[in-house]
Amino acid sequence: MGIPREDVLHVARLARLDLTDEEIKGFAGQLSAILDYVAKLDELDLSDTEPMAHVHEAVNAFREDRVRPPLGQETVLANAPEAEDGCFRVPKVIEA
Amino acid sequence: MAWEMVVGLEVHAQLLTDTKIFCGCSARFGAEPNSQVCPVCMGLPGALPVLNRKVVEYTLKVALATHCRVAPFSRFARKNYFYPDLPKGYQISQYELPILEHGWLEVTGADGGAKRIGITRIHMEEDAGKLLHPETPGADYSLVDLNRACVPLIEIVSEPDIRSPKEAAEYVRRLREILVYLGVCDGNMNEGSLRVDANVSVRPKGETRLGTRTEIKNLNSFKFLEQALAYEAERQIDLLETGGEVVQETRLFDTQKGITLSMRSKEEAHDYRYFPDPDLPPVVIDPAWIERVQADLPELPDDKRRRFQDEHGLPAQDADLLCQSRDLADYFEAAVRLHHNPKAVANWIMGYVLRELNKEGAPPITEAPVTPEHLAGMLDLVRKGEISTNIAKTVFDEMWATGKPPEVVVEEKGLRQITDTSAIEALVDEVLARNPKEVEAYRAGKTKLLGFFVGQVMRATKGKADPQAVNRLVREKLGAGP
Amino acid sequence: MDLVGRTIRELRAFLDRGEVTSEDLVRAYLDRIEGWNPRINAYITVTAELALEMARAADRRIRSGQAGPLTGIPVGLKDLLITEGVRTTCGSRILEGFVPPYDGTVVARLRQAGAVFLGKLNMDEFAMGSSNETSAFGPVRNPWDPERVPGGSSGGSAAAVAAGLAAAALGSDTGGSIRQPAALCGVVGLKPTYGRVSRYGLVAFASSLDQIGPLTADVADAGWVLEAIAGHDPLDSTSIDRPVPALRDLQPEVRGLRVGVPREYFIEGLDPEVEAAVRRAVGVLEDLGAEVREVSLPHTGYAVATYYLIAPAEASSNLARYDGVKYGLRVAGEDLIDTYRKTRAAGFGPEVKRRIMLGTYALSAGYYDAYYLKAQKVRARVAEDFRRAFQQVDVIACPTTPTPAFRLGEKVDDPLQMYLNDIFTIPANLAGLPGINVPCGFTAQGLPMGFQLLAGPFEEEILLRAAYAYEQAAGIKRPKPALG
Repeated sequence: MGIPREDVLHVARLARLDLTDEEIKGFAGQLSAILDYVAKLDELDLSDTEPMAHVHEAVNAFREDRVRPPLGQETVLANAPEAEDGCFRVPKVIEA
Repeated sequence: MAWEMVVGLEVHAQLLTDTKIFCGCSARFGAEPNSQVCPVCMGLPGALPVLNRKVVEYTLKVALATHCRVAPFSRFARKNYFYPDLPKGYQISQYELPILEHGWLEVTGADGGAKRIGITRIHMEEDAGKLLHPETPGADYSLVDLNRACVPLIEIVSEPDIRSPKEAAEYVRRLREILVYLGVCDGNMNEGSLRVDANVSVRPKGETRLGTRTEIKNLNSFKFLEQALAYEAERQIDLLETGGEVVQETRLFDTQKGITLSMRSKEEAHDYRYFPDPDLPPVVIDPAWIERVQADLPELPDDKRRRFQDEHGLPAQDADLLCQSRDLADYFEAAVRLHHNPKAVANWIMGYVLRELNKEGAPPITEAPVTPEHLAGMLDLVRKGEISTNIAKTVFDEMWATGKPPEVVVEEKGLRQITDTSAIEALVDEVLARNPKEVEAYRAGKTKLLGFFVGQVMRATKGKADPQAVNRLVREKLGAGP
Repeated sequence: MDLVGRTIRELRAFLDRGEVTSEDLVRAYLDRIEGWNPRINAYITVTAELALEMARAADRRIRSGQAGPLTGIPVGLKDLLITEGVRTTCGSRILEGFVPPYDGTVVARLRQAGAVFLGKLNMDEFAMGSSNETSAFGPVRNPWDPERVPGGSSGGSAAAVAAGLAAAALGSDTGGSIRQPAALCGVVGLKPTYGRVSRYGLVAFASSLDQIGPLTADVADAGWVLEAIAGHDPLDSTSIDRPVPALRDLQPEVRGLRVGVPREYFIEGLDPEVEAAVRRAVGVLEDLGAEVREVSLPHTGYAVATYYLIAPAEASSNLARYDGVKYGLRVAGEDLIDTYRKTRAAGFGPEVKRRIMLGTYALSAGYYDAYYLKAQKVRARVAEDFRRAFQQVDVIACPTTPTPAFRLGEKVDDPLQMYLNDIFTIPANLAGLPGINVPCGFTAQGLPMGFQLLAGPFEEEILLRAAYAYEQAAGIKRPKPALG
């Protein structure tokens, strides 16, 4: 099963990855090979099996509604590629 | 052809917890940008969410007030999309297993009777941060403030049961009232504590299938909600009647022009790739927890309205008005407990207290300078005949201005009613003596002048005399009349 | 006195008797790092100043009689453990310049224990790899043969411990990333039960599988480190509130212990020398009085396929936060979306991109049921296999890896072959079970081999006891690579 180029491009768009032509070709082949391999899961009859999202049966991990100290504006912005007026600065967002 | 509109609403309500849904940062509105941010809510690598217990409790309150079924097992899912206000690149929400389902609210239908609007589901999620767009000319950038990121929301999704803009507004009003009553949301639409998206379609009357719908985002006032729905239904009907087709899309309401606009975006269609969030174990609610919340639940607005009519004998309209907010209803009941005349208390609250509050920009009634105790005390003075109803208005204004109790105001201002008949008699004599012509005219049959004499006496007492006593004495002195 | 290449227990004794100071120790380790690291590239960042400062603080504590088990012991941290004030790269360009403002829970616990941080250890980018060749900071070389890989993704951690560049190291294990490099470098590597050790401050690869654990010179040391880092953490909702057993005084006692040998782990592709070594190790346990029996884990053959759907899917979401807005690399584009795409294209290496693509695909509309959901069901089957097996046996003994260390570059062009290298380690991650690699000899070529022990959830004590008993009886020499 090969993955069409358009599908690779669609997934790259969803994942916000700018791929070169070579990468697109490479991934199309490699993803196909991996998906062919994982198709072996189809050998199993899973109709009576519940999907497992968590390995333990633990539930209800809560915290109490108590305020903890924040990092502080300066620390929050310390690693930012660009900051201004106490905010992260980003290329203009056309509001949806 | 007759058309009908079909509307379902998605309401996002911000919960009034002290901290955010998944971290200990303050959830308060209006702080310096990025001052209420920690590794969790800014999406630093390695940071993990932990659910705020109070968010679950508040959501359970909403369940009980909206007749929802509480899922014994629910969990969080990640909704994946890129946006600069979404620090992790996904929103933690609920998807295939929401905490609440299958509820309803009652509104007044087109025929004036009660109508149920179904609630499909209610789920918990985190809010995104805020984007700011500098208005400096040529600014080709935006700014991101993450204070709001991770603030707790519930999303309340209705069935497509709504048939008119008015019904939609009433549904939101009822919902808002319940949330505020429960104390789980401040209901403030301006600050975005309550945000409404609408799914709108139209179909020929009698048709049972749904037409193609559009979604209108961010209808943040009752007025805009009604305007936008009316416009959008009209637009869709026009389209269909002229052979066009409704396109399923997201639209924005232009509040200036009063129209909805397509948000055509060059973005590909969304594919949120929901999957269970591995960082958060499931939420399991046992019946005992629901019982504890039930025991803690305040009286809900509809129940209160009924009780105000039954127990206090108020007309429906008064009960409606007084039950608008829990604080107002509490204020009323606090006053009635001390002064057992519900109608009089209701009249004073609706006529004076609310009027004064409105003059001051309608702050909550808990901030009124006249307390229920003072209001009841003042009405007691009227009942005991210590002040007249007229003087009561002066006392009220003074209490409002100074916050002093009624006895103190009456004492300081010397407003106690003059009940000493001899003192009033002397004043009547004086007035009659000063106005011989009018006495003459009265006796000649111009009985309308009675009011003039009474007024003169009342003025002389600065309104403190009992008007009925004055009336009686003036008549007596002038003789039975011609 | 030779200070490097010692166990924590030996160093502890030196420190407590005042024969050396922690500062002496740290200087010795820093010297060795200076000499060795250029050749094996185990460290991305060496925090010499910080280490000396921490060592002096530890010495004060030791003198005041307040020392704990790890006070003054020099350790290395895999570079996906968040360290306040010390850059954390995750082996990636995308985190360029990122200096975290907080400590992860495990790091904080080690700090409180008085351990000394020598630096941050090299790794496959975002822990995605089995050879350490995907690191943006260059591959780590196996101290036993610099032409071979150390395994991955905790390759820096395993190589550092093997070469004596740290007394112990922390790694993380998502599909074998502690046990596999431990096997290839001849050290002990322990992956605890999922939920045993807090993940707060562990940069996430696949959240439902990741677990932090120790890489150490021997089994007893692994118990020492695990005891220090384990335990419930209110900041990690998936950490489990259970008491941590005492792990610092293991008894080498396995009489009556039921040891299962899963037939599905002895398959075509398993190197004959490795197979023989594993069978010998099982024989040692039997000689010590353990009851050995064959068990079956019928879904073993599906584990790799399951893993390569679940882990990339979770990763595609976990790595969405690297968008050039809040921290790390940003490459300017024409507009916002273009900036995202260029930033991520430049910041992530090929393996990370491949897994993001695979994971995004597996979660995307129309494919969720066929891939992700199905994988979750098979995961349940794999876990069920183990549940049944652990009704019959106390521990499972099996190979850790199909082969000893392979050559650099040997598998980089064939992702699937690389993934199959984790075939014996992945099942424990899917089931959330504890597992340990124990060195069990050398190949004819002089490459280390290891075998794996697995136990039921939260049974680390049994696991370590069995491993310790084997280690004591087998008398395998502690690794001393010939390099240098």
